[in-house]
Amino acid sequence: MSRTFLGLPRTLRRPDDAGAVDEPFGAVPHPQEPLRWGDAFPAAAKQTLKNDQLRRNLGHATQVIRTKRAAVVGEVPDWEALRDAGSAVKQQVMAQLPDLLQQLEEQVTARGGVVHWARDAAEANRIVADIAKAKGADEVVKVKSMATQEIGLNEALADEGIAAIETDLAELIVQLADDMPSHILVPAIHRNRSEIRDIFLARMGDAPPDLSDVPRELAMAARAHLRRKFLSAKVAVSGANFAVADTGTLAVVESEGNGRMCLTLPETLVTVMGIEKLVPTFDDLEVFLQLLPRSSTGERMNPYTSLWTGVTPGDGPQEFHLVLLDNGRTDVLADEVGRAALHCIRCSACLNVCPVYERVGGHAYGSVYPGPIGAILTPQLTASTGGVSGHHDPNASLPYASTLCGACYEVCPVKIDIPSILVDLRAREVDADRSKHGVDPWKTAMKAASWVMADGDRFALAGRAATLGSGLGGRDHAISVAPPPASAWTRSRDLPAPPRQTFRQWWAAEHETSPVETVETDGPTSEEDDR
Amino acid sequence: MRIALAATCLADTLFPGAPRATVRLLERLGHEVVFPTDQACCGQMHVNTGYYREAVPVIRNHVETFAPVADGEWDAVVMPSGSCTGSVRHQQAMVCRRAGLDDLAATAEAVSAKTYELSELLVDVLGLTDVGAWFPHRVTYHPTCHSLRMLHVGDKPLRLLRAVEAIDLVELPAADSCCGFGGTFALKNADTSAAMLEDKTANVRGTGAEVLTAGDMSCLMHIGGGLSRQGTGIHALHLAEVLASTRTDPTPMPATTFSRPERSERTEATR
Repeated sequence: MSRTFLGLPRTLRRPDDAGAVDEPFGAVPHPQEPLRWGDAFPAAAKQTLKNDQLRRNLGHATQVIRTKRAAVVGEVPDWEALRDAGSAVKQQVMAQLPDLLQQLEEQVTARGGVVHWARDAAEANRIVADIAKAKGADEVVKVKSMATQEIGLNEALADEGIAAIETDLAELIVQLADDMPSHILVPAIHRNRSEIRDIFLARMGDAPPDLSDVPRELAMAARAHLRRKFLSAKVAVSGANFAVADTGTLAVVESEGNGRMCLTLPETLVTVMGIEKLVPTFDDLEVFLQLLPRSSTGERMNPYTSLWTGVTPGDGPQEFHLVLLDNGRTDVLADEVGRAALHCIRCSACLNVCPVYERVGGHAYGSVYPGPIGAILTPQLTASTGGVSGHHDPNASLPYASTLCGACYEVCPVKIDIPSILVDLRAREVDADRSKHGVDPWKTAMKAASWVMADGDRFALAGRAATLGSGLGGRDHAISVAPPPASAWTRSRDLPAPPRQTFRQWWAAEHETSPVETVETDGPTSEEDDR
Repeated sequence: MRIALAATCLADTLFPGAPRATVRLLERLGHEVVFPTDQACCGQMHVNTGYYREAVPVIRNHVETFAPVADGEWDAVVMPSGSCTGSVRHQQAMVCRRAGLDDLAATAEAVSAKTYELSELLVDVLGLTDVGAWFPHRVTYHPTCHSLRMLHVGDKPLRLLRAVEAIDLVELPAADSCCGFGGTFALKNADTSAAMLEDKTANVRGTGAEVLTAGDMSCLMHIGGGLSRQGTGIHALHLAEVLASTRTDPTPMPATTFSRPERSERTEATR
């Protein structure tokens, strides 16, 4: 799916402090692992939160697209029924995935395509590189694709001496800046127009020297640059939004027409597709082609929908390869709760409504899949056996990168219950850590709290103890300094001092005549769950 | 009606003004309120942090304490918290089933079917929007995430507030945006949480309201904690505290951010 035009945010930077045009643009060096880079989420977010310009850009862009989406979704009377249908089709696909994939392979092969199966990123990259080399190509043009981002295809091709040219405008900006994408749909959402002009002037050889930061001029410069690439490329690489099992048809939806160029002009087309992107029948596209554009770009219909089935003699690419990518997906499919993450159609509506994403931006997630969907997809794709990351893995922090506010679930066009999956992933990590020795303050606190909160009398005693602190906080009864871990709270918020009387003390005084019962005084026992 | 109050662990211990106002309101409306003293917590904190196993005894205690509602001993359970009601409705049975406790899960579902968040109880069960309240202050309302998106209470709290006599109810910009609390999120991701809180408090301040109200003391603890730190003088009162207020028995404006109700006059007698 290509980008929507959100209006490039105006820069707040003054012309005289723009800096040299050859300054390094990419805040993120190209990672070895596109699904795992940088610090754990809290530390990475702490850094990106310092970037005021980023927050303003994101605040503006997500607000614009949220409003657009809400408007076009609101005008569909059967939107909820469409979501139910989308969810049901995806559940069916997951239940029948092996059969549907075989059906797809048969259909694509029968229509003159070649199907390749890739267990992981390395296998997929090898397949694409070998095809490009066999064609003698040292340059390939690319349609924006999350699957090829996920496997680091561009870097792998570069290692083989093949240049992969991104042709989506925003992907081109990211690529020229040697940066990483920060959004699934609008990968350069963290850039403003002045930065884009600087990037083009420094890195796009044929950019006009008098280029301004007017969006139209920027787009025209990129258009001229890309046109030359489209006309000379022998090989194109794409992803796929959908593959229809019963016809072998592939689909790409986009906004700029660059995809249509890539899918039709070069002699050879290689499509890399996650195995979950199937729909059973051609009719099922009807549901998703309504859900996707409204959810992603906030459009009733995307400008370009390209469908192709194998090879058509004399029309379009005469050689078509389909690379079916697993890369952790069958492990995700094995999990009863987590597998719903595979229903995702990469619309990015969840990013645009996420209050966490809006503040921290995509790079804080350390994965090409940021935001709420990234927080459930990334750790599952990179998990070791049993779907567990392990607390040494920065991706283990991702399921906690959410307040569970539920905005993502509300907008998801295929009704992925992201908050519930986040909680389930948290539970997996907690359970995996139970076998580990050593003191974990969270575990200790949770066990102690469980003991207190599982009994009304023990809880009453704890409450009564708390009231001993009712004089804290001085005249305001507001505690503004506290030791760790409460200091994380009091850095920006006060804590109220405990009340003079808990509710249940008040209730007992008002409503009961019998004296307060005695309370058992044993501490929490270290039960069987220590193992 | 005979209504059992689940006060919630947080309000019981830190914010007794909210459950006390709930009692005051429901008794004023002619209902009998009971407080089963075996209650402690619904288990939400443990579940949302991933500690399902530790959540089980907490959930068991909650479910067993409120099981009589399923047998008709009480007509309903009221929980003055959107997120706790959400946990009762959407998490307790799931956690029990995961632990292989199918019977407990079934009881949990029977209890949750008769458990209501305050605005649900008033509007859906009791059929009221005008509860006869009087509250002559400028108020803005924050719809908490779980009441909005887990319980789908919609505009029920606002309908109740609009019917309050003498209230000056002002709209909160970006009201449905999360305040950044998220339970342990506020500690584990303190910087992100603070950035979200900053925007929420700026919006609250911009309304010129004297009182911020919501249906959940946990969110109010967070936003109110920020308003207190910023020295705004804005008070954070639970929806029940606004709705309980009448001309003859007004909810007093607290000297601090949150209510600090006096001890019961009968306290010494029972101690």
